[in-house]
Amino acid sequence: MPLKKSWWKILSFVLLVYTIVAGFLLDVPHLPILNETIRNLYFHVCMWFGMMILFGTSFYYSIKYLRGFNYRNDIYALNYAAVGCLFGILGYATGFEWVNVTWITDQGQSVGSVLKEPKLIGAAIALLIYGAYFVLRGSFTDIDKRARISAVYNIFAFAMLFPSIWIIPRIVGSLHPGAPGSDSGNPALDRKDLDATMRMVFYPAIIGWTLLGVWIATLKIRIQLMKDKNIINE
Amino acid sequence: MKSLVENHNFATMNSKVLALLQKDILIELRQKHTFYGILLYIASTIFVIYLSMAEQPDAQVWNSLFWVIQLFVCVNAVAKSFLQESKGRMLYFFSICSPVDFIISKMIYNVLLMIFMSLISLVLFTVFLGNPVFNMLKFTGIVLLGGTGISLVFTLMSAIAAKAQQNAALIAILGFPVILPQLMLVMKMSKTAFAEVFRDGAVLQLTGLTLAMNLLVIILGVILFPYLWKD
Repeated sequence: MPLKKSWWKILSFVLLVYTIVAGFLLDVPHLPILNETIRNLYFHVCMWFGMMILFGTSFYYSIKYLRGFNYRNDIYALNYAAVGCLFGILGYATGFEWVNVTWITDQGQSVGSVLKEPKLIGAAIALLIYGAYFVLRGSFTDIDKRARISAVYNIFAFAMLFPSIWIIPRIVGSLHPGAPGSDSGNPALDRKDLDATMRMVFYPAIIGWTLLGVWIATLKIRIQLMKDKNIINE
Repeated sequence: MKSLVENHNFATMNSKVLALLQKDILIELRQKHTFYGILLYIASTIFVIYLSMAEQPDAQVWNSLFWVIQLFVCVNAVAKSFLQESKGRMLYFFSICSPVDFIISKMIYNVLLMIFMSLISLVLFTVFLGNPVFNMLKFTGIVLLGGTGISLVFTLMSAIAAKAQQNAALIAILGFPVILPQLMLVMKMSKTAFAEVFRDGAVLQLTGLTLAMNLLVIILGVILFPYLWKD
């Protein structure tokens, strides 16, 4: 089979090269405490965007599975969820670095005291939910039953996850931008909030990272489709 | 499946839900051991906490212990709602009623059961661990709201776990991450009953959000349960 060149894979590559080069070289606003770590915005925040989009895609394929019981859609749902988890873990890793230099000051706060933060809890809930999703899948031997029941759980869990990440932190207060009491509105998406040069890198970065996630997921899906070739009948 | 959901009118649905509810309550009354089992579970857990505390806990600890106990009581009380139905019995229900009737009756039954258990554990908590609650009426309301939310979620989790073979542990694994957001809201809300001062309208906002999430769970349950039902 000849090598296929998809435009969006090339776009992803170009955007990520741009993100890394421009992200480290372009000028950024100098803010107290944040300093140069503000560049982490191009990586940390994009991971969460990517995660939510991938989980959303998984949710979409679970609905599609329940509508037609096509086993192919189950494979899609599973793999998008798996790559979403990878992005979530990377989001935690990049966030942890950021916490170390911003939220933890020299007044002796421990990591534990900072971790009790609504957004972090929301993200932990997300990872726990998808962990439970994989455990649930593992407890079936019948393929059709596994696909059906796990699709139901995936839909239910995603619907419960959405408020816990996007609504609750806004209400109960959070160290992240966008919490009640802080003067910022919607973090990341508010045009007034973000410096113009930073926006020039940030938006392409979101697209680039998300496309990379989709790329990884499609590769995983292709491998599994080949493995299960004889049980998919179409 | 779709036609089953659509073509029965509201009146027959009501009577079927009531009949199923009556069946659940009758079973509970006949097999008293499970009911008393949960009561004993509540009593002994709270007694263990009472023994392990050197002195009466302050409001914060009291509140968090209370909700943790609620969570475990609910796992134990609601878990059996689908596990107790044998395969033959499920087949029988399948032939006489629609999945929507079935899940609604289970939800109502579990909410009633959980409300009863919550009130009992509230009484036992005040007896054994003191009463730091400032506004008891408000707290009782929050307990009812929280108990309803927890039991609704675990009803659906129990239905999912009943389909997988290794049930009891799976319910906790599936349910805990899903219930966490609601639990956070309720714990936060119950601080108002401990005389903590909130921003204007914040409590109303929290209550509204919790109610909205309960509604979401009910709607999702009604939509998704038919897919769990058929084998």
